[in-house]
Amino acid sequence: MTDASALGMWGVPLAILGGAIRVSTPFLFVSLGECLTERSGRINLGLEGTLVIGAMTGYAMSYHSGSPFIGVASAALAGLVFGLIHGWLCSFRHVNDIAVGISMMIVGLGLAFYFGKPYIQPTAPRLPSISFGWWSDIPQVQAALQVNVLFIAGAVLAFLMAWMFRNTRIGLTVRVVGDSTDAARTLGIRPTRVRVLATAVGGAFAGVGGSYLSLYYPGSWSEGIASGQGLMAVALVIFARWNPINCFWAALLFGGAGAIGPALQSVGITQGYYLFYAAPYVLTLGILVATSSTERAMTGAPGEMSITK
Amino acid sequence: MTNISQNEAAASGRPPALPSWVIARIEALAIPVFALIAGAALFSLFLMTQGKSPQEFFALVWRAAFSSAFSWKNTLSHVSPLLMAALCVAIPARLGLMVIGGEGAIILGGLAAAVVGASCGSIPAFFGFAAMVVAAFVVGGVWIGTVGALRVKRGVNETISSLLMAYIATAIFNQLVESVFRDPASLNKPATMPIPDALRVTDLPFLSTHWGVPVGIVICIACYFLLERTTIGFAARVTGDNIRAAQIQGLPVSRLVIGFTGLAGGLAGLGGFFEVSAIYGNANDSLISGVGNTGILVAFLARHNPLAIIPVALLLGGFEASSGLVQRRMDLPDATILVFEGCIFILVLLSETLYGRSDSLIRKILFAGRSK
Amino acid sequence: MKKILVSPFSRRSFLKTTGALVATTAMPFGMRSALAAGKLTVGFVYVGAKDDYGYNQAHAEGAAAVKAMEGVTVIEEENVAESVDVINTMESMINFDGAALLFPTSFGYYDPYVKETAPKYADVRFQHCGGLWKEGDPSNAGSYFGYIGMGQYLNGVVAGHMTKSKKIGFVAAKPIPQVLNNINSFLLGARSVDPEITCQVIFTGNWSLPVKEAEATNALADQGADVITCHVDGPKVVVETAAARGCYVCGYHVDQSTLAPEKYLTGAEWNWPSVYTDFVKKALAGEPIDNFVRGGLTEGFIKMSPLGPSVTEAAAKQFEAVKAEIMKGGFAAIKGPLKDNKGNVVATAGQAFPETDIALESMDYLVEGVIGSTN
Repeated sequence: MTDASALGMWGVPLAILGGAIRVSTPFLFVSLGECLTERSGRINLGLEGTLVIGAMTGYAMSYHSGSPFIGVASAALAGLVFGLIHGWLCSFRHVNDIAVGISMMIVGLGLAFYFGKPYIQPTAPRLPSISFGWWSDIPQVQAALQVNVLFIAGAVLAFLMAWMFRNTRIGLTVRVVGDSTDAARTLGIRPTRVRVLATAVGGAFAGVGGSYLSLYYPGSWSEGIASGQGLMAVALVIFARWNPINCFWAALLFGGAGAIGPALQSVGITQGYYLFYAAPYVLTLGILVATSSTERAMTGAPGEMSITK
Repeated sequence: MTNISQNEAAASGRPPALPSWVIARIEALAIPVFALIAGAALFSLFLMTQGKSPQEFFALVWRAAFSSAFSWKNTLSHVSPLLMAALCVAIPARLGLMVIGGEGAIILGGLAAAVVGASCGSIPAFFGFAAMVVAAFVVGGVWIGTVGALRVKRGVNETISSLLMAYIATAIFNQLVESVFRDPASLNKPATMPIPDALRVTDLPFLSTHWGVPVGIVICIACYFLLERTTIGFAARVTGDNIRAAQIQGLPVSRLVIGFTGLAGGLAGLGGFFEVSAIYGNANDSLISGVGNTGILVAFLARHNPLAIIPVALLLGGFEASSGLVQRRMDLPDATILVFEGCIFILVLLSETLYGRSDSLIRKILFAGRSK
Repeated sequence: MKKILVSPFSRRSFLKTTGALVATTAMPFGMRSALAAGKLTVGFVYVGAKDDYGYNQAHAEGAAAVKAMEGVTVIEEENVAESVDVINTMESMINFDGAALLFPTSFGYYDPYVKETAPKYADVRFQHCGGLWKEGDPSNAGSYFGYIGMGQYLNGVVAGHMTKSKKIGFVAAKPIPQVLNNINSFLLGARSVDPEITCQVIFTGNWSLPVKEAEATNALADQGADVITCHVDGPKVVVETAAARGCYVCGYHVDQSTLAPEKYLTGAEWNWPSVYTDFVKKALAGEPIDNFVRGGLTEGFIKMSPLGPSVTEAAAKQFEAVKAEIMKGGFAAIKGPLKDNKGNVVATAGQAFPETDIALESMDYLVEGVIGSTN
């Protein structure tokens, strides 16, 4: 870092790009998980809890095993279990999936904080990153393009999921179940089983998103690690219109918007930082308001989902 | 849908020996109690895996929350905002709307009350109080009413918009408290100007809890009558059961939604007023306490029935009050109470499935999923 | 000793008056009766997790030292919000556990919570960290704090030597006097080495927001800051992120050198074990505790982390020299001529605010050279 020259105002777009890459990964994984769940006709509002459980499990297992990848795998497993429980609870008649989500969020936060106490202080091995900034001499650009393997995995997953929904039997099954329980039954599909599995896999994705928080960025476990990423992802899925590739862009947009606050302060625009920090929420709400309509059903919305009915 | 009315549950049950309304009443009492016990049992299992004694835990909860005058004071200090936060969830729920951002209305209502109160020192206390209450109610009402308006005018999902608006409310609150409304003397903890002593809500005579608790209870009862005994309440329930049927019948769905969300937000704002006027004496970031989220829990445990909110808020307030003693005596993390609340919440939700078919209970639990 | 301007409110004169006044009233009867039984219960209240590598851990280390003392029972509670919750916790400790000496350790606990609760329990002693106990406040309450700004000044001295870009960075929670004093001290320490240095500050808006702290650290690094410190509750994220960006870091609250062994320069640490055992010893012996207690490096209230391996010889030399100067007492970081970053004069030539000056505890400005705003 010998040539640490200031970038001035150029720092803002660069920070937004870097922030988008750094901050978006948890949003990406959670929203992909939520996308899968919602496509099957369920909503899982408990992914905030799953995210935190994933963060804690990932960190703890990375600490004990010495391998961050074992941490990620454990986080996925923990998320899977949480998703499975959510899916199972929601398969009872008259049980409201949004409320179950909130209760699973409380349980997830409670268990993560309960078992996470001994891991606040220790340092666990982190996930590696790949440098895509080798072509540039500017250290800031190099830093912004330090891309974590999970970000790449998430991007690939988004495209894979989009392809899956369109072209595979599994994808079709999930979509049919999400659009009409009756239609699925006539096709000989068991809707409840598909939904439970989709919720479980969605939970696993959220768990991975959590492990990114504790194992890469910001890269340590604490009780304040998640600040609503899991809840926000639910909103992102709606404005991504249940399309995994749009989820990817939405997560990037949200991550980038989150970088505006610190970046503006760093170039001397220092007043009103609370409002700049709220930029991602204002942006999301604005897009939702602009693109929603009472006239037509939301394009891409699964017909069986309680939230769009 | 959230609001499975007892009639509907009873109607879908098999032909009983007793009249269906009797069964519905029995269920309405027995099932929540059963769910509470089952939740406590689940949590006891968890404690036992941790090598801790459930007996000791429940004894401590009892002791810290309900055993003495001090315990009650501690418990009741949580109850006043909980009642309002729960109503903010329960009232829109009657229309089938799931509003989870009541926190935003609480803090902005509190801020409005504080700002108005601080500038009302020179007028008679009655008018000062009236101005504060109106300010808190209007700001909170507009905030959540906007959520309802966005729903009916633009089709924006109310769960998501209320959540986003709660984050935005926090930002606005912090920004205003630390800039234009900041009391220059509030050095270490930025706060608004103090409201005059005459405009502080006092404690009840003989009890060390403030007027927010009885007022909250009265409001809960009033809301019960509004929802259960008036035409408007009936219209709201019809809308909640089937929005299209309500439209076909010519009910003013838009006005109902905006009115009820506005009322819900206004009451949450009133909760903020009591926090400011009775406890803090100004608006500062202590107001952002997460009580809006605990309120969601209370509303669901009460099955969105305003009367049931009262005992449930007491129970939850008691749990929150016992957190410290459990932490110190049993050497358990502070998150223990969160796990406990989660266990109870899950079992109460699960018990929804029992309404109207309590006879076939065991079979359904065992063969869940396969029956569909 | 250097001749310095002493404000009428300087610590020593302040202590003389209040100390005398307090001696007669401060000994709580409850503590005496609790002592008769040979047992003193001491309660510690933390605002966050007690192993956060920061503010709360520093206090918990103090509590651990008290725990090791003879005849003392320590009770602790974590994650207690600066709200009516802290009143409930303190009263619960008194009513259920018989606590006679309380340490509500978070800054925001004092006004109004400690001030309102203390008069109700005349035989319990409330020792609050950070608050400004003043004449007229409950006599069984007291406040103590350390001149940790001096630690940040020393951080700044080392930072001034180590920065190549002449730009240093500060991740801060909220613009309150303590934080502003630390930011100013950090920059002035660095400017004592090279007056060209500037300090960029980023406020995250709250005491514990890991993702924002990481983003703020990255934003500072992007703008070319190459030595970074912070004032947030848990500096772990800032220290690790800064080191990962190749910046040097100065610690805060506790020693964070293990988190970034190569990049850690030094750090401003609390030394609560020595302070707390002192208070408890006094309580056990039945001696009065002053209502207003402050101390710095000299009194062992704060200490510096050992210098890291990257610190140059020149930096180490000046660090030790300035430290020795501070140890003599009366050192002033804020001294004239000095302007704030809006151009207003904060100290005229010859005017100085030594570490002991109460005026520093109501600081509301950032000095010239700090890029940032107080609201």
